[in-house]
Amino acid sequence: MMQEAHPIEEFTRKGMIPHIWCNGCGNGIILSEFLRALRELNYDMNKIVIVSGIGCIGRISGYINADAFHTTHGRPIAFAVGVKATRPDLKVVVISGDGDLFSIGGNHFIHAARRNIDMTVICSNNFNYGMTGGQSGPTSPLEAYTTTTPYGNIEHPFNLVHLAAGSGAVYVARWTTIHIRLLRESIKKALKKRGFTFIEVLSPCPEQYGRRNRMPKPMDSMLWFKERSVIRHHINPLEAEITPNEIVVGEFVDTEKPEFTDLLQQQVQSIQMKLEKEGKLTNVPL
Amino acid sequence: MSPPRTPLSPAQKLKIAEVEILVINDRCKGCGFCIELCPKHVLDYETRLNIRGAHPPYVKTEGCVGCGVCEEICPEMAIFMKIKEKEK
Amino acid sequence: MRRDIITGVYFALGDVACAEGAIAAGCRFFGGYPITPATEVAEHMAKRLPEVGGVYLQMEDEIASMAAVIGASYSGVKSMTSTSGPGFSLMQENIGLAVMTETPCVIVNVMRGGPSTGQPTKTGQQDVMQAKWGSHGDYEIIAFAPSSVQEMFDLTIQAFNISEEFRCPAFIMADEVVGHLRERLKIPKPEDIHLTERKKPKELPQSYAPFRPDRDLIPPMACFGEGYRFYATGLTHDETGHPQTDSAEEQTKLVQRLCEKIRRNRDRIVRVERITLDDAKVCVIAYGSVARSALAAVNRARRQGLKVGLLRLITLWPFAEKEIEEIADEVDGIIVAEMNCGQIVREVERRADHRKITFLPKLGEDPHTPEEILAQIRRVAR
Repeated sequence: MMQEAHPIEEFTRKGMIPHIWCNGCGNGIILSEFLRALRELNYDMNKIVIVSGIGCIGRISGYINADAFHTTHGRPIAFAVGVKATRPDLKVVVISGDGDLFSIGGNHFIHAARRNIDMTVICSNNFNYGMTGGQSGPTSPLEAYTTTTPYGNIEHPFNLVHLAAGSGAVYVARWTTIHIRLLRESIKKALKKRGFTFIEVLSPCPEQYGRRNRMPKPMDSMLWFKERSVIRHHINPLEAEITPNEIVVGEFVDTEKPEFTDLLQQQVQSIQMKLEKEGKLTNVPL
Repeated sequence: MSPPRTPLSPAQKLKIAEVEILVINDRCKGCGFCIELCPKHVLDYETRLNIRGAHPPYVKTEGCVGCGVCEEICPEMAIFMKIKEKEK
Repeated sequence: MRRDIITGVYFALGDVACAEGAIAAGCRFFGGYPITPATEVAEHMAKRLPEVGGVYLQMEDEIASMAAVIGASYSGVKSMTSTSGPGFSLMQENIGLAVMTETPCVIVNVMRGGPSTGQPTKTGQQDVMQAKWGSHGDYEIIAFAPSSVQEMFDLTIQAFNISEEFRCPAFIMADEVVGHLRERLKIPKPEDIHLTERKKPKELPQSYAPFRPDRDLIPPMACFGEGYRFYATGLTHDETGHPQTDSAEEQTKLVQRLCEKIRRNRDRIVRVERITLDDAKVCVIAYGSVARSALAAVNRARRQGLKVGLLRLITLWPFAEKEIEEIADEVDGIIVAEMNCGQIVREVERRADHRKITFLPKLGEDPHTPEEILAQIRRVAR
């Protein structure tokens, strides 16, 4: 029996590992790489808030040894906006799934990106709703089989990179769970960058998605990622697509834009200074 | 993404990692990522089953270069490296 | 120079008085969405919060508003939102999250004519049951019904205090009349305003369990960034905050405690106003803007020699069961006047002989006139 602890375990909550995710689920890799990124950045773990929504990946907030909150379905970003706006000194990270962030939660995503509020959103994209048994979602590929598309999916999926870029995110990247180190570097970059940063991580779901789409074994999905991924940094987000023949990964947006809490703070300060100068309690008539 | 490689000059000291691979057997769920994706193919499936009904990995042959892929690709925190650095 | 309590006498709008009450109570986060007739609360908060160093966030919808309010409250900041019927419906799921995660917060519903889009600019009292039962699951909340601009100020402070004490959402169930009325508002001196803060943990992070209650059934509340690294979820959870989705015992323990922490304190929480009830033979029960007409009607009836009194409900939930029971035995007739098809009257019927009760509904533009209520009093008093 091994006496030694796994090197990244100290960043997890005591007694919570091993996690509940299935054999071959990519969420465990996302958890590990995220924790490694935190370790390398040497963040004060008392000043980080992890927010997650409903779905398999939503359980991640229970495994990380930091302040964490598990919201209702689709709402982690809205919750996180409330946190960051009132405590801009805290680092806020939202980790959730493709359905939670882009189906029910789609509205909150685009508005938080539009505001460019300083937070990092990591999407575990496994192409279906795994937790509830494998229904289709907004990222299910055309023709994919899921429990609610038993004859093949006839809906076009989102291009999340394009959606994030179009909504105003200042950093957008896509990786898969096989791009372990590139993913980790990307997470570090996203965490350090000021503004709304987004990383899409394609993740295997052998039990639900894989099994119904000719990838029943965990390695099947990983081989799909390995063989079909192609890195094309900074191409037009519209062209950064996931098609049957290739998965375009890389970094696609890396810009600067005034950040929401900075603008808020500036405005509040100038209003208060004006009141100080005028010696008034308020400039607002009742 | 990674910095450009500079050629080693003979004057520079070579660091070779001496690595031990440790497996937390009962955590393994048998995905096979470490075994299949090890670039040096040093891992293989044990014949016995662990408590989860999976065949955990073990180091079958020599040749591990301490790349760390097995540790990072494992979703279960079930396998990791212990590095001892030596200067040559 | 403290800018949050602007002591003085004003001629103010109800919605504005509510916003000033919130700021006086220490509210420093408002997350909301415009909706008639509550928009003025948001607009006033947008102007005043920066002056007191607070944050106004106009969220993309009411669902996001409620989520942001919970996030801000868990960040250690007193938080609120304001809305009306349609927005109130949207907020219900996250109100349930606030209940389950024991989040102190205040929700203002300036009620209007419903259902659905209804009559946005007209008053109503159709959401009072929804305040108690609107979200799924079994739970208790605390709701107030202001009847005047002064109460919009005072009861909002009470709502913040009570939500901080009991770690539950508190509701201001105003209506469009009270919200859009202009009346005398007295904002007291800071030393005359008493505020309650949420209980903070005394123990170190290593031994802290976020949902371990004290003897009063209320757990001390750590917030983000304080070093406690706690976990909170809307799933049924144990004292450590971690999910317990298989245990009937944990479900029973948690849901019962969430209800009991309020139920066992109902004597302290429930507030009513009794007007000329001591020797009354007829009792009128009313709340919100209708209570104003009821008061006028009762006074006129008394001048005409009728032994009538008014029981004005200041809190709607927990319901004033004991108070109704006391009256029910002493009077021969009870008139319940409300602007809906029968909501609070059902609660009254549970506690009083239904043969004594007459229901006086009104839907549409204005609350009952004093004459309408007086006419009913005369009929009952005969």
